[in-house]
Amino acid sequence: MTLAPEKTDLKIQLKLDGEDWYTVCDLKALLPGRGVAALLPDGRQAALFMDRAGKLYAIDNRDPFGGAAVLSRGLTGTHQGRPFVASPLLKQRFDLETGQCLDDEAVRVARYEVRAH
Amino acid sequence: MTATLGATPTIVLVGHGMVGQRFLEALAERGLTATHRVVVLCEEPRPAYDRVALTSYFSGKTPEDLSMTDMEFIETHGIELFVGDPAETVDREARKVTARSGQVFEYDVLVLATGSYPFVPPVPNKDAEGCFVYRTIEDLLAIEEYAKTRATTGAVVGGGLLGLEAAGALKGLGLTSHIVEFAPRLMPVQVDDGGGAALLRTIEDMGLTVHTGVGTQEIITDESGAVTGMKLSDGSELATDMVVFSAGVRPRDQLARDCGLTVGERGGITVDEQCRTVNDPHVFAIGECALAADGRVYGLVAPGYEQAETAAATIAADEAAFTGADLSTKLKLLGVDVASFGDAHGATADCLDVVYADSRSGVYKKLVIGRDGELLGGILVGDAEAYGTLRALTGSVPPVSPEQLVLPAGSGGGAQLGPSALPDEAVICSCHNVTKGTIRGAVTEHKCTTVPEVKKCTKAGTGCGSCVKVLGQLVNAELEASGVEVDKGLCGCFSQTREELYEIVLALRINTYQQLLDRYGREGARGGDGCEICKPAVASIIASLAPTIGASGYVLEGEQATLQDSNDHFLANLQKNGSYSVVPRIPGGEVTPEGLIVIGEIARDFGLYTKITGGQRIDMFGARVEQLPLIWARLVDAGFESGHAYGKSLRTVKSCVGQTWCRYGVQDSVRMAIDLELRYRGLRSPHKLKSAVSGCQRECAEAQSKDFGVIATANGWNLYVGGNGGATPRHADLLAQDLSDAELIRLIDRFLMFYIRTADRLERTSVWLERIPGGLDHVRDVVVEDSLGICEELESLMADHVANYADEWATTINDPEKLARFVSFVNAPDTPDPVVGFVPERDQIKPDLPLLSIGMRPTENTAEVLEGSAQR
Repeated sequence: MTLAPEKTDLKIQLKLDGEDWYTVCDLKALLPGRGVAALLPDGRQAALFMDRAGKLYAIDNRDPFGGAAVLSRGLTGTHQGRPFVASPLLKQRFDLETGQCLDDEAVRVARYEVRAH
Repeated sequence: MTATLGATPTIVLVGHGMVGQRFLEALAERGLTATHRVVVLCEEPRPAYDRVALTSYFSGKTPEDLSMTDMEFIETHGIELFVGDPAETVDREARKVTARSGQVFEYDVLVLATGSYPFVPPVPNKDAEGCFVYRTIEDLLAIEEYAKTRATTGAVVGGGLLGLEAAGALKGLGLTSHIVEFAPRLMPVQVDDGGGAALLRTIEDMGLTVHTGVGTQEIITDESGAVTGMKLSDGSELATDMVVFSAGVRPRDQLARDCGLTVGERGGITVDEQCRTVNDPHVFAIGECALAADGRVYGLVAPGYEQAETAAATIAADEAAFTGADLSTKLKLLGVDVASFGDAHGATADCLDVVYADSRSGVYKKLVIGRDGELLGGILVGDAEAYGTLRALTGSVPPVSPEQLVLPAGSGGGAQLGPSALPDEAVICSCHNVTKGTIRGAVTEHKCTTVPEVKKCTKAGTGCGSCVKVLGQLVNAELEASGVEVDKGLCGCFSQTREELYEIVLALRINTYQQLLDRYGREGARGGDGCEICKPAVASIIASLAPTIGASGYVLEGEQATLQDSNDHFLANLQKNGSYSVVPRIPGGEVTPEGLIVIGEIARDFGLYTKITGGQRIDMFGARVEQLPLIWARLVDAGFESGHAYGKSLRTVKSCVGQTWCRYGVQDSVRMAIDLELRYRGLRSPHKLKSAVSGCQRECAEAQSKDFGVIATANGWNLYVGGNGGATPRHADLLAQDLSDAELIRLIDRFLMFYIRTADRLERTSVWLERIPGGLDHVRDVVVEDSLGICEELESLMADHVANYADEWATTINDPEKLARFVSFVNAPDTPDPVVGFVPERDQIKPDLPLLSIGMRPTENTAEVLEGSAQR
């Protein structure tokens, strides 16, 4: 989660399982407040987001309540200073920095380290 | 509990009654449905229903009304529910359950919630034709059928709670009804002799015949084997055409016995305080089939719920224990209030009774008072108004003398003790064990301002419902006491209502969300990212006013794209598995054969599921996000445009064929419906808008169930507003009569714009009309009489909308930058989302959602799987 400098040819990269940085897409593919989904080499899916300050976030794309891979299509926001995305299925909110569900403390989705490089 | 890769442990629940359902809810609340596979085997042909309210079937409730199972809940939590498929055997060694269908499930945890079965005394001919039990909806259906066709007299064996209900039901079916009770009084478990006598008088006054102190010795049948009467222990015979056994229930523990689990001497699966069976740590038993740690089998729903909670908590490795429960009950039996609580029969040493009895009015009240003046329990018959307060006071010394508590109000000595007299630790809702303090906290800390909110927040009042009255008093008292100022703000980001934000946006021509948030948001929200509530609400306001405030009329332009709900962002309706449905507009429901063929070809080519909607159009399901532009390119090419099925905006204007074809029609309803649909299409509003036009008063288009409905008259059109179908149906109100075409359209313009201006977010016209001060009269004053002098503005706003409408799908497919968003994966635009899968059903497809296993779909039997369009 790095602040993205004002450059347009930057790529978004995810750190996978403590190994190398995996390049996903151009930074400019992201709109602030809107997510995109990325297919990872092992078949998992990540949901990538950028807030209006340009900060990047990545969590698992799968909604653990509904099962569909749609978290990237939810609306983002700020709740008590924490960035979150609300699932488009049944609106549960997930903290973008930790993957913790804000509406059910027993549920958490995976998060990924992400950077613009 | 992180949902990650790995083997998913399985919980198998045997039995889906009220307690089973509560257990599932408890699992979900603890997040266990997300981490476990949950399988439910249910013997009855329908999922859990409200057995406590079973008798209400005879007062008009349908089996659907009685259902306690929200299928959305089951589906959302990925619970595999098999109805009509009971567990037949359990292999505890292999940890496997086999169902009647032959399905075998391995379990990590097995929960038995098999309930109980009706006890039928072993009398001769007990299984004769015309003998019934009273336990399930199927039993009721059979009783109803027999009573209607074969019987004029009925007898109920058992004068307990269910027996009285059954007798009342027989009477309701028009039968002469008898109650036969072995004990010397009715409801022997709950009430004492005095209470039984009060109850007896009231019940006999209703025309039921009660025989107490006699047992059934034999059922008498005719030569065909059908019931004609019964022989009683006092030597008498009772002529009856049918017999309903309601003489108590016994735990259903056969499954447990068969697999070697310990059961009690008188039945019931022996469990510890965690509701775990004493033999096997992997097996739990809850509800009426369980013999609790205190040596009792509980036949009430509240203790069952508590056991369900306990078992779920234990499975989640939380601490919980069920050590016994209060047997307090409050019922309305045949219209008579009957309640007992605490030590109702005065079993405590040295206790004393305070009794008030009024035989004339059938009222009996007894309080059991302990040595130190504390209230131990009581019985109330005929007037149980004070039940909620008294039960909660049990165990403490009441603030007024006991005699004042039983004397009727107005007699000079009676005291009306409100719930404000209760201590914070008093239990108000015993079904969910919610204290007064928790309820007060819901108001003061969780900002609940209504009973429904408090129910949702605390669960109080969501069990048997007997505490709802006290709940309402408490909530009101608490609101008054704390002078809670209700925050009417839209959300955590804005302290203004939607209406106030609309006025700000219109007056100041603010056309971006960020500008509005940074200037008018709450202090802490400014500069932030907003939230999922205000973003779509503000997006809707901006879209409604776009031409007037200088915003783009295209909802995917610039910042607007980031504010839209997922549906609006992809201009399609998200379905449960991540696929979308597509609805082209079919104005007025009129479509050419060529149009139908195009839709059919597209659905066929993309392998979509098709269904006719209630709004006279065609919905195509199962499109992947990357297929949407391809589908719409063809639809737009054929002359179709967006149907806005995804938007909070005008959906359809239904019509009947009207004067053109129909012998009764008096106006051209189809023409008008098409005109209206084309005029208001794309209009963003606080909630969806539905409409219809009927060509005569026969009202075939059902216009009176619409937000705005039009019915033809010989002289023109009548306009109805504020109708609704759905969960809370409301007939529309007549706004104006005999309007010309131009008058009708002008009035609808004004009405819709006034609604858009003043309604709350997600507030349909029906709710809005009920809420706004002055109601329909005020709306009529404003839009017909122009009492506020705003009609010109309302009309001009609508004129702007109509002049600037453009089909957003046509715009989108011609915009490569926007099209680039319609991919499943930003890094693999041609790869479909592998989670989106389908299986065949009735010659079409349905979603196949692999639940609870995060990651790739397992490669299944490919012959069975339709991979969307790839199948073709």
